[in-house]
Amino acid sequence: MNINLTLIGQAIAFAIFVWFCVKFVWPPITAAMEARQKKIADGLSAADRASLDLELAQEKASKELQKAKQEAAVLIDQANKRAAQIVEASKDDARKEGDKLIEQARAEIQQERVQARDALRKEVAVLAIAGAEKILETSVDAKAHSEMLDKLAAEL
Amino acid sequence: MAADTPVEYIQHHLQNLTYGKLPAGYERVDPYTNDVTVLQEAGWTFARTSTEATDMGFMAFHVDTLGWSIFMGILFLTIFRMVAKRATSGVPSGMQNMVEMTFEFVQNIVRDGFHGKNPVIAPLALTMFVWIFLMNSLKLIPVDFIPQIAHALGLEYFKIVPTTDPNGTFGISIGVFLLIIFYSIKVKGAGGFAKELSFTPFNHWALIPFNLVLEIIGLLTKPIGLALRLFGNMYAGEVVFILIAILPFWIQWTLNVPWAIFHILVITLQAFIFTTLSVVYLSQAHEDH
Repeated sequence: MNINLTLIGQAIAFAIFVWFCVKFVWPPITAAMEARQKKIADGLSAADRASLDLELAQEKASKELQKAKQEAAVLIDQANKRAAQIVEASKDDARKEGDKLIEQARAEIQQERVQARDALRKEVAVLAIAGAEKILETSVDAKAHSEMLDKLAAEL
Repeated sequence: MAADTPVEYIQHHLQNLTYGKLPAGYERVDPYTNDVTVLQEAGWTFARTSTEATDMGFMAFHVDTLGWSIFMGILFLTIFRMVAKRATSGVPSGMQNMVEMTFEFVQNIVRDGFHGKNPVIAPLALTMFVWIFLMNSLKLIPVDFIPQIAHALGLEYFKIVPTTDPNGTFGISIGVFLLIIFYSIKVKGAGGFAKELSFTPFNHWALIPFNLVLEIIGLLTKPIGLALRLFGNMYAGEVVFILIAILPFWIQWTLNVPWAIFHILVITLQAFIFTTLSVVYLSQAHEDH
């Protein structure tokens, strides 16, 4: 319980301990703690940013998807139209071709009919003359009656 | 051990191991044989009785107080320095966690109590808190444990808790006091500090002497209050532990254990109070009116 030099010794020890703590203990540990605080804060803000980015990306992706769908729809539409056009065009062509063929056939038939009639007419004229000769027993001057015969032939 | 009666036992336990200077012609009484030897010349020696320790006066050291407090201080600095060296800003491991908890605790004390800017205050508070805590916690070692070992080594007295020695607590509080004076003068200037002492609380020239007496007493009360509060609490607790140790050994635990558990609180609380008040006093020293 006596007060003595211990007092001063204790004060000196205290001063040295404080000096050491100020110099060598406090700075590194607070630095580490502050660095960690900063790291955590950075990490949190990065996470926030990332989630924001994700949201934006999702939005963008859905927009892109929609756009692509629209484009696809437009393309399909166009393709459909084009196909319809092509079909229509080929139908037209086919019809025209058919018409043409029918026309040609008709023309040929007509021609052959005319030819056949002509040939028949001539034959009929010959036969008629031959018949008349037989009936009259005389020859018919073809020249003299040709006008009449032609008339006959035309009537056939 | 010279401890035959309970009173002697208690007195024996409350005596520090004193190494000091005895004057020439001093009559030394051997505690066991009562033989008297007269010293031919002044010399430094270990006190063998408390009378000798008292007669050594100011020129003496309490070897146990100094030894244990320095040991505890070095223990504190070693552990914290080790952690500081390996401190990582990543995930902290066990020891670093503990150290950081202490750091945050002290940082809170300083943030609440100190309203200035001074990078020394926080480490100062940390040193005070941990050091006092460690010194106080020596009290949880059973009272006879280490003194018995010391006795076996031939040391008559051995008191291991430095904070039950007023020298130990006053040593720290005087350090705080000097810092209060230093920062008062540094922040306010010698004139400003003198003015503060002279013109508060009553701002009138006629009351300067009154103010001076009041303020100087107030200033001196700070270290005395700090030291005596810590010393008183620890000393009283120690006395109770010693009293319990007088009881028969088989009953001791019924009182010893609750008292020790209670002292886990007291130890921390006293370290906390000492630190907080020191921080507040230093904050006052930084305040310029």
